[in-house]
Amino acid sequence: MTGAEERIAGGRTGLLRLLSDERVQGWAWQLVLAIAIVAAVTFFAHNAAENLSRRGGSFGLGFLWQIAGFDIPFKLFDYGPTNLYGRALLVAFANTILISILAIAGATFLGFLLGVMRLSTNWLVRNLAFSITELIRNTPQLLQIIFWYVAVMQTLPSPRQSLKAGEAIFLNIRGVYMPAVVWADWAVPASAGLLATLVAGAALWRVRTRFAGPARATIAPIGPALAVAGAFAFFASGTIAGLDYPELQGFNFRGGLRITPELVALWLGLSIYSAVFIGEIVRGAVEGISWGQTEAARSLGLSRAQTLRLVIIPQALRIIIPPMTSQYLNIIKSSSLGAAVAYPELFQIFGGTVLNQSGRAIEVMGILMAIFLVINLATSALMNWYNRHVAIKER
Amino acid sequence: MTSTLTWLRVNLFSSWTNGLLTVLVLGLFWLVIPPLLDWAIFNATLNAATKAQCAADGACWAFIKQRFALFFYGRYPAAERWRVDLSAVLLVVFLVPAMMDGVRHRWVAVVALVGVYPIIAALLMAGGVFGLPWVDTEYWGGLMLNTVLSFVAIAGSLPLGIVLALGRRSRLPLVRYACIGFIELWRGVPLLTVLFMAMVMMPLFLPGGVTVDKLVRALIALTLFTAAYMAEVIRGGLQGVPRGQEEAARSLGLGYWRTQGLVVLPQAIRLVVPGIVNTVVDLYKDTTLVTIVGLFDLLGVVNQSLKDSAWLGMAKEGYAFAAALFFVICWGMSLYSRKVERRLARATAR
Repeated sequence: MTGAEERIAGGRTGLLRLLSDERVQGWAWQLVLAIAIVAAVTFFAHNAAENLSRRGGSFGLGFLWQIAGFDIPFKLFDYGPTNLYGRALLVAFANTILISILAIAGATFLGFLLGVMRLSTNWLVRNLAFSITELIRNTPQLLQIIFWYVAVMQTLPSPRQSLKAGEAIFLNIRGVYMPAVVWADWAVPASAGLLATLVAGAALWRVRTRFAGPARATIAPIGPALAVAGAFAFFASGTIAGLDYPELQGFNFRGGLRITPELVALWLGLSIYSAVFIGEIVRGAVEGISWGQTEAARSLGLSRAQTLRLVIIPQALRIIIPPMTSQYLNIIKSSSLGAAVAYPELFQIFGGTVLNQSGRAIEVMGILMAIFLVINLATSALMNWYNRHVAIKER
Repeated sequence: MTSTLTWLRVNLFSSWTNGLLTVLVLGLFWLVIPPLLDWAIFNATLNAATKAQCAADGACWAFIKQRFALFFYGRYPAAERWRVDLSAVLLVVFLVPAMMDGVRHRWVAVVALVGVYPIIAALLMAGGVFGLPWVDTEYWGGLMLNTVLSFVAIAGSLPLGIVLALGRRSRLPLVRYACIGFIELWRGVPLLTVLFMAMVMMPLFLPGGVTVDKLVRALIALTLFTAAYMAEVIRGGLQGVPRGQEEAARSLGLGYWRTQGLVVLPQAIRLVVPGIVNTVVDLYKDTTLVTIVGLFDLLGVVNQSLKDSAWLGMAKEGYAFAAALFFVICWGMSLYSRKVERRLARATAR
């Protein structure tokens, strides 16, 4: 240590100087934090173990292999009261994924519609979208979901007085009935084949630009031809055997596809609430792209539609994706509000029925939180990947 | 006259498609608004003792009128309701100086609002001291409960959020990862699971025999959950403060805490006041979730009232009234947030 540094340090003794060193302080803080975390975890774990042993309970995921004994009113695949808790978890998980995908699709569509309406040059359209946005985003989402369920779906007429569109779609207190697709026995391999030809066709279409001259001219039509042939084979072979129309028999409908009122109410509540936030994101993104971009594109001779497609949207997309990701994550998390209208998703089945039946609070809540965390992390990873894909490649 | 016509031409009929849109929207209004007004105003019944006396094709506001106090106070004893009213008045008294511009020592007002007011209000509403009878939290409900829940959660999550935000930017790896883990855990799970955890699991993790009031459990859950979101808002503000500010403070010989507390945080928080208010709005709306775990906030009280056999089928009236109350409060807060945002934009533009 030079003389100057010694003077700056002042006549402090060794220990004091050590304590005033920032690196030492840093280690001290981290040590304190580590001790606090370990102490808290030990304290809670000890209490939990003691409480469990007092109640004669145990800890473990073995209960997932026990008979569940309850039915789930809405399921995407086979399930009955004699099935295991583990299968109930799968059914509930599928229901959560289903409502999330439906709500994300609905919210994205409605949100872009609202965003475009807010950008309209028409005063009436612009302000209609603005009023809807303000009304929806300043009232609680749970209230909206319960409103759609109790005040709308449950006040619909009985099946005999159904509201109908043609003789195909019926709306009544038991839900929405619509024609169901009747698949042939070979539907699964046929769908896989169709998907394969479409993917191969698209891939061929993309690689055509790598060739030049006559080779390109030969390769270019193969892709579309493959896709068309695949689609033709799919439909001509009768993979879709027909449509099963719902029919009123006695007091209820038979046949067709029934969408439960719970699903409809939750879907409306999730989609409409998120749509107004997505609308704001879209509007902000388009307004955020400078007017100069539009002017430059127009002066280069691009048409209005080309300007939008080639200049505005690619740039807006980049601004949109990060906030859009958090909206999608919000939809997935909010799907747990289905518990309020008895839509059998993860929270309603596991946090409600299974928790009450098995009394395994820690395991059930742990499973629930872990699943939501994994879904959320996976979704954000996917959206980050897509974001990198559309980001400007700056060199 | 000509100016009106010009306005109409520019804003509503600038092109054929625009004119068509205008006509379509007007048609939609024609379909929706008259029946809505008929239901809500012209055919509505204001005074009725039972549902039967209400007009069949109009709203039955008599139902709301009869339960008005219930919607605001829940089951809080009628003779003691003045204490809730007084707390509400005091809230305004404490809130106004904290929200106004140009008040000297505004931070004193904010600290009083977040630190002093909750104690006064808690003593006033719960009682048990100064001769005020004790009112157990199980009698708290209605809009009052939403307000209590969001106020306490905000007052608790602001300091916690600041600590978490600072921790997430810390150089110390353990501190940083602990804060990231805490924030991302709460942000990754639905509020409903957090509330449920507080209700069902918290007793399991406490020493045997220790019980915590249901309302307090909900408050802890809401506070921790909101703190994670608050931390991210404040982190945004911290990132908006130029690095030179911190370096200048350090070179003046200020330590970590004084650099953050006296130089960085005051600037950061000013930047994110709109974000904080938006978090408050979100929280206020989300307090309705306590309905699902068995507390009777406004939504819970409305749900319960709809089950009254004398007043069946009042769902539209009940939810419309609740929505209107929430709308007025949340919209007021968003207006304030937008005002601050505009002022910030002007200040940074200079």
